[in-house]
Amino acid sequence: MSRPKIRWSKLYSFSCIPLRRAPRHAQVGQRGYSRVVHCNEPDNPEALQSNYRGNYVSTTKYTATNFIPKSLFEQFRRVANIYFLVVACVSFSPLAPYTALSVLAPLVVVIGATMAKEAVEDWRRRKQDIEANNRKAEVYGKDHNFHETRWKNLRVGDLIRVHKDEYFPADIFLISSSYEDGICYVETMNLDGETNLKLKQSLEVTSSICDEVSLEDFKAIIRCEDPNENLYSFVGNLQYSGKEYPLSLKQILLRDSKLKNTDYVHGVVVFTGHDTKVMKNATDPPSKRSKIERRMDRVIYVLFSTLITISFVGSFFFGTQTGRDLSDGKYRRWYICPSDTTVFFDPRRASLAALFHFLTGLMLYGYLIPISLYVSIEFVKVLQSIFINQDLDMYHDETDRPARARTSNLNEELGQIDTILSDKTGTLTCNSMEFIKCSIAGVAYGRGETEVERAVAGRHKDSDVESFEIYTDASGQGQVVDTHSYTRHVKGFNFEDERIMHGQWVNEPNHGIIQKFFQVLAICHTVIPEVNNQTGEIYYEAESPDEAAFVVAARELGFEFFERKQMSLSMREIDFEKGTKVDRNYELLHILEFSSTRKRMSVIVKSEEGRLLLLSKGADSVMLERLSKDGRSFLSDTRSHINKYSEAGLRTLVIAYRDLGEDEYRIWEDEFVNAKASISAERDALIDSAAEKIEKDLNLLGATAVEDKLQKGVPECIEKLEGAGIKIWVLTGDKMETAVNIGYACKLLRQGMKLIVITLDALDENHEKDMDKEAVVKVSSEAVRNQIQNGISQILSSKETAASFGLIIDGKSLNFALKKELEDSFLDLATRCASVICCRSSPKQKALVTRLVKVKTGKTTLSIGDGANDVSMLQEADVGIGISGVEGMQAVMASDFAIAQFQFLQRLLLVHGHWCYRRIAMMICYFFYKNITFGFTLFWFEAYASFSGQPAYNDWYMSFYNVFFTSLPVIALGVFDQDVSARLCLKNPLLYQEGMQNVLFNWPRILGWMCNGVGSSVIIFFCTTNAIIGQAFRGDGQVADYGILGVTMYTCVVWTVNCQMALSINYFTWIQHVFIWGSIAFWYLFLVVYGFLTPTLSTTAYMVLVEACAPSFLYWLSTLLVVVSSLLPYFSYRAFQTWFKPMPHDIIQRRRKWLEISENKSVNKNEKEDSGELPARVKNKLKHLEENLRHTRS
Amino acid sequence: MADRGGTGSGGGGGQGALETAKKSRKPKYSRFSQQELPACKPILTPGWVITTFISIGVVFIPIGLASLFASQRVTEIVYQYDSDCIPPEFSDDSVEFIKSDKTNKTCTRTITVPKQMKSPIYVYYQLNNFYQNHRRYVKSRDDKQLWSKEDETSSQECKPEDFTANGQPIVPCGLIAWSLFNDTYKFRVNDKVLEVNKKNIAWSSDRDHKFGSDVYPKNFQSGTLIGGGKLNSSIPLNQQEDLIVWMRPAALPTFRKLYGKIETDLEANDKIYIVIENNYNTYSFGGKKKLVLSTTSWMGGKNDFLGLAYLTVGGLCLFLAISFILVYVLKPRPLGDPSYLSWNRNAAGILN
Repeated sequence: MSRPKIRWSKLYSFSCIPLRRAPRHAQVGQRGYSRVVHCNEPDNPEALQSNYRGNYVSTTKYTATNFIPKSLFEQFRRVANIYFLVVACVSFSPLAPYTALSVLAPLVVVIGATMAKEAVEDWRRRKQDIEANNRKAEVYGKDHNFHETRWKNLRVGDLIRVHKDEYFPADIFLISSSYEDGICYVETMNLDGETNLKLKQSLEVTSSICDEVSLEDFKAIIRCEDPNENLYSFVGNLQYSGKEYPLSLKQILLRDSKLKNTDYVHGVVVFTGHDTKVMKNATDPPSKRSKIERRMDRVIYVLFSTLITISFVGSFFFGTQTGRDLSDGKYRRWYICPSDTTVFFDPRRASLAALFHFLTGLMLYGYLIPISLYVSIEFVKVLQSIFINQDLDMYHDETDRPARARTSNLNEELGQIDTILSDKTGTLTCNSMEFIKCSIAGVAYGRGETEVERAVAGRHKDSDVESFEIYTDASGQGQVVDTHSYTRHVKGFNFEDERIMHGQWVNEPNHGIIQKFFQVLAICHTVIPEVNNQTGEIYYEAESPDEAAFVVAARELGFEFFERKQMSLSMREIDFEKGTKVDRNYELLHILEFSSTRKRMSVIVKSEEGRLLLLSKGADSVMLERLSKDGRSFLSDTRSHINKYSEAGLRTLVIAYRDLGEDEYRIWEDEFVNAKASISAERDALIDSAAEKIEKDLNLLGATAVEDKLQKGVPECIEKLEGAGIKIWVLTGDKMETAVNIGYACKLLRQGMKLIVITLDALDENHEKDMDKEAVVKVSSEAVRNQIQNGISQILSSKETAASFGLIIDGKSLNFALKKELEDSFLDLATRCASVICCRSSPKQKALVTRLVKVKTGKTTLSIGDGANDVSMLQEADVGIGISGVEGMQAVMASDFAIAQFQFLQRLLLVHGHWCYRRIAMMICYFFYKNITFGFTLFWFEAYASFSGQPAYNDWYMSFYNVFFTSLPVIALGVFDQDVSARLCLKNPLLYQEGMQNVLFNWPRILGWMCNGVGSSVIIFFCTTNAIIGQAFRGDGQVADYGILGVTMYTCVVWTVNCQMALSINYFTWIQHVFIWGSIAFWYLFLVVYGFLTPTLSTTAYMVLVEACAPSFLYWLSTLLVVVSSLLPYFSYRAFQTWFKPMPHDIIQRRRKWLEISENKSVNKNEKEDSGELPARVKNKLKHLEENLRHTRS
Repeated sequence: MADRGGTGSGGGGGQGALETAKKSRKPKYSRFSQQELPACKPILTPGWVITTFISIGVVFIPIGLASLFASQRVTEIVYQYDSDCIPPEFSDDSVEFIKSDKTNKTCTRTITVPKQMKSPIYVYYQLNNFYQNHRRYVKSRDDKQLWSKEDETSSQECKPEDFTANGQPIVPCGLIAWSLFNDTYKFRVNDKVLEVNKKNIAWSSDRDHKFGSDVYPKNFQSGTLIGGGKLNSSIPLNQQEDLIVWMRPAALPTFRKLYGKIETDLEANDKIYIVIENNYNTYSFGGKKKLVLSTTSWMGGKNDFLGLAYLTVGGLCLFLAISFILVYVLKPRPLGDPSYLSWNRNAAGILN
């Protein structure tokens, strides 16, 4: 053959894998590039010497041997746990107010529980590993046959065979495949989430080595880079039969990707196990901490200082009282024998005793610091994440993707989002292109209306009717629209125009051009068709959704592309002369690839008649200038259509073709082939310039317009989020017009909103040419400053506060606006605007904007995006949300939460965020409350025990307090509580303000809960002591001693704390009932059982309930009194609050109640009213609230 | 990485790429996982608030009245004798008096019964400013030693009252036993001796399970430091009820302990002639000693606190209920109240 082989590897024009030129091959063998693989001879002594790791993979955090030490170490990285460990250690000394065991037990339970959780998680990972390690692979053995072996037994240098639809067990160098030219298709779903097939190709020298016999002689050495995590590069060379061949990623099949559409491949294992790129890439989800948790730390410091204070007070009084035991040389309290005592009670060294007592106090009042708080929170958050993952309303059917909380740390942060920074393409829009309009031969076809158009139409309803004449023009034409309903929706196709559909195009005046137009669409691409054998339907595998849309459109209009062979393309079309379907073959000669600099792609084909054709499509900016003199007959029409399309938010491409002369082609081809064959660094430039030479004198056919459709529910979602008072910024790489139009379409910008536009476009044209760079910077910066100032003054001078403003800024201006000297005023302006759109912004700018908002406003930010270009933004924001869409998994991998659709954001924030925020905030407050209540009763008792450090309760009551008697209800609160139902959360987005303004976890509230705790402890201690101490506490004359007082007080504490819980929660399922009342019941049960143990174990608790307390009326009556009176303050506070200063959820709860009543009434009257419809008064009320909100925001 | 499974998946032919044999990742519906469990959602509606307050009031006030009534029915005679029983010549040096072996500590007094007292009349001694709940004191005992003879080698906790000078274990050891209260009271009414029954004054669980029947006092109060009372070493610990009572530490520094029971009714204006052996040293630490004779009701001794507290809380609740009713009457529909919206501004103000 005279022609060289077509490089299939170059087939993908929109290549996702950036082709790196290989300058680094020189480095092979040096540091970082030292790997040597002896192909097909893993037993080579040199290979054995290098001692590469096996293919055994372990993703577990721990092993059986290091589990205990390592997980213990992990546990004690928490400061709180260290504190408790120190306490446990000190408790073995005589300083301890209680037995060491009773301190150790809860610590062991708490740490044991966390460790068990770790162990279970690790066990799951281990099971996955075992499964992966034991998969079967075929390895080439010494007897020159393939043998089955397990993945884990593979070694570097092994020659293996992988069959269709199998995963690659390691990173493999591709020798050959079932295809002659050594190509194979690979699905990299597990690596980057992309579902399309990627093409790999072996070196030409090895592609023929494909049977057992020839493999025997295959001996080669690969020298390549050391294991690294870069999925998109590979540096190495192959030393084979005396020559060196450079290797690239084209020859490397990565572990965890899958062989597709290829019967088998042969390859040599290069990286095994943990050296593989996918394993090197396995990263932990980002670790961020929520605001609540950070504040909680501060609250814990407050508690620590309280602890230190009361310990200090205690030891001060203890010191003075101990000192007074020896006054005037006489021992006062002889009964504690101060004359013969240890240092801890020695009146002669009272200050030292006080110092030691300080330590005792720290231990005794240590109950102020809730030992189980961290564990409980962690546990609760995991359960909350499960609820998020399980939410059916956030499950996307089409992609089969549920929502996924990748980290559980940030659940409550979702309830406090102030600003959302969103990507556009793929996030607000589907990133699945739909062919919707086209302009052929100067006639606009396609009567579909885009969402943008609808929005724009709505915007111009009264003022500007002419502006969309073009659309009516296209569809109008006086024809009666044949409304044969076109119901079958084809993915990627949303075109409707009876003039050219269903073969009607033959009746159009320009039918020849129309035919050519669609032929170009059907041929000029790199799409791979796949025919479903059963249905005969054709699917297209395309690298870019735009291309797929074109091919689909061509098919729907009768130009069905159905086969791609190595050198030819086949399509089926209607011969309009005969009116029958004919198959046409085109010989594919060359593909001139797409690149972002060329902005176009072309193919050169030979038709059946032997005509040489250059078919081309590309951006208008590069295509229109390449038209021939004769080929621009309808240029002006097409151009105006293109402008209208892009205004309508559509992506446009110009379609053109050219006949090539044989001679011209031959001359050009030589040059082109030479360029391709060259191996110098300028190879790509040479190819480009060669392509340039033939892509000229084109004949214009028309233009296409594809719509990047808004995702379902986006406008509604944005409206809801705005209703919640969340600000939404859109950061996009798109042009300003497109971005603004999308802004209207998704209701980010509303009618009547005043737009403040900051742009440097005007400046560019005037100055850029005749100024040097510095001056341009200066002028631009000045211009941006002025525009920002103008914007601010415009807002300030605006009388109507209700009218909100939208800010639009382009990438260039953004560069200046983000500079130090301008960022403050820029932010000032931006925060005054209801919505902000940054166009043409780079990934770095996205991250910078995110940081600016996060740092300068101190508010919580959320970033949402779907592409690799959003990663830095996601990581920068307080919460990063990845859309698990079509653009791969990189954004998801970097995110904290992954959802399938933008619209799920409203549920994630307004429902889950709100609930989680509420739950965690309440839970922490309550935790503090219950521990303060408990801790302070100890302190009051101390005051009556001369601060000697004697705890009021039996040791085991105390140690079980946080573990058994109060833990479960609070966990139930954290997991299940909901102030209002999900439906109402969504209906009343204003409720979200609670989280944004942090009303449930602000200092007054935290301190309020603490005071409530102190108050309860006072009531508990003084009421019980006054009621039962001092006189006989039962009819038989017995008095209450230390043990009985302890039990009574403790009973009151358990009751109070659990009833307080019952009062504070809003949502009583059977779970809450069981936990709350169960905890109380468990206390009595515990007391009975513990009381029946031998006295040496139960000490003061021996028979205390059965014998002493239960028969005493006083015991029960004081419990009732104490519980009611300690809950009374909170109850009355809440009662007054819900009446006079209700919180938003109170209002909505009340309204729900109110609605229920009115619904019942209306049902009685047989008036069926929509339950969702609010009564007029309530509606007004809501409106009022909303206006108020807007008012305060602007 | 999440899904590595399925080497065997995929169909034959060319369409394999598009056939997904994967299981759906759709979450399963359950009311639990969707957080839609049936629940009652209590709201503090005016009705509820008022009902709650009223019912608390309605329940509490009768209880308060009943307790108060019960407490009023109890007759209690409290007689403080610590300073009375010091002879005038020792009034400046009461500690010296109480410590001396030579002084006569008997002291006789007469008190009048104010009201009729039905038997059983409980006799208590009440000490004041005595920290039986001091940590050193509470811990200074050995329960094992009290229960079984084998464990008489006392533990560290009993220090310094654990061994005698020559290394013999002290039974019962520890500061509590050592500081046993040893004042005694004898009563006569109308020249008739009032028997004080000292049986069954301790908790039966103590007698039966904490103090051994074969454990006899040993080396008790034989050291140089004499604390409180002595014990008859021929009586096993489980019959030394004074000790058992004493060894239950009191909760607070002011406490009563049961001394005995008088099983005769006393009439109003009866003169009780009391002979007190004033042995116990409370003078060092300035504690008071009181003798208490008291009847009981179903509720126990005389204490108005509970009744008053119940009445107070009940009254408060009724008051709140009334004020709430008034509020609701005066502000019938708060939904129209614009002050209502202030949460927005306030909350924003709280923030930062």
